[in-house]
Amino acid sequence: MTDQDVSGLPPLRADLVIEYPFIRTTGPVVGAFLTGLREGVLVGIRRADGTVMVPPAEYDPVTSEPLNEVVEVSSTGSIVSWTWVDPPRPGSPWETPHGLALVLLDGADTPMLHGVLVDSPGEMATGLRVEAVWNAERVGHITDLAGFAPVADAAVEG
Amino acid sequence: MSETPTPDGVQASDVAEGPPIDLPPSISGVEPVRSVRTPIRLEYDFIPSSAAQQYLRAYASKRILGNRSPVDGAVFVPPRGVDPRNGVVADEMVDLADTGHVGSFCITHLPIPGRKDLPVPYVSAWIHLDGADIGFLGLVAGCEAADVRIGMRVRAVWKPDAELGATAENVLHWEPTGDPDVPVDEAGNRAWAVKQAAKRGGDGA
Repeated sequence: MTDQDVSGLPPLRADLVIEYPFIRTTGPVVGAFLTGLREGVLVGIRRADGTVMVPPAEYDPVTSEPLNEVVEVSSTGSIVSWTWVDPPRPGSPWETPHGLALVLLDGADTPMLHGVLVDSPGEMATGLRVEAVWNAERVGHITDLAGFAPVADAAVEG
Repeated sequence: MSETPTPDGVQASDVAEGPPIDLPPSISGVEPVRSVRTPIRLEYDFIPSSAAQQYLRAYASKRILGNRSPVDGAVFVPPRGVDPRNGVVADEMVDLADTGHVGSFCITHLPIPGRKDLPVPYVSAWIHLDGADIGFLGLVAGCEAADVRIGMRVRAVWKPDAELGATAENVLHWEPTGDPDVPVDEAGNRAWAVKQAAKRGGDGA
């Protein structure tokens, strides 16, 4: 008798987890960005046309030329666009509802994505001036930057 | 720094280094970050298909089920309810032996993080069960890793009855039976071609 009658039995189910504990080498350019995070500064890389990409890339996205001039940019900038995250998904760096924004740092020509640490979407706005909030313990990881918070008494641009 | 020339005469150091990176003062003279941890994790709720439910419940009582193709009789294990080569339903269940042979194998010398239960070196293998026409994955133990070979006859070493369950983990590993090997030319995925050729010969074709 080969048939295995499963009718009437509750369906089997299992909670499964797939996990890969990757460690990747960064190379000197991405490494410089992460070194900056550890040191509490934000850096980008200058392209041949003089514009600055943040975070830095190893090659120019248009000309494919290797890039090598890492430059520090301001830890203050403006929100270019944003969304509201409620609730954060499991594994998120943030435990409470928060903004997620493209922030154009002063001195940069491309915006970077990170969290905005405010309590409600009513506090978010395009053009809002924000500044970096650093964790006290930093290891060279994107989460060294806790997020951005509104600059006190700053005017909204644009 | 190695100056070993590459075949086209370019110095290896030229290839590896690229242009020097200029750093701003704020991150000059500090230990650079060279690596970053980027773990990924997926948690999900798995509900097996009907064929897999039957397979797992039978497996809990030390039976191994496969599906027979209605097209050419090929037997697939574990059963998925389909013949994926022909895109047809294959719902005929077949009981398979818990003996077979090693179709192909790999000796792993690097430990898997989080798998302290799997000391290296270990041998993972495609086990081709007697009565099945494809392999399914298992560990081979009970002999030296260096003695595992394609065509080696093996049998299941089941968990104690009290530990059996409707999971994929009822066979601890596969151990050598000591029986004569399946010839390499007839082992693993070659077995199906051999069987088809024999069938054609038997038909007098």
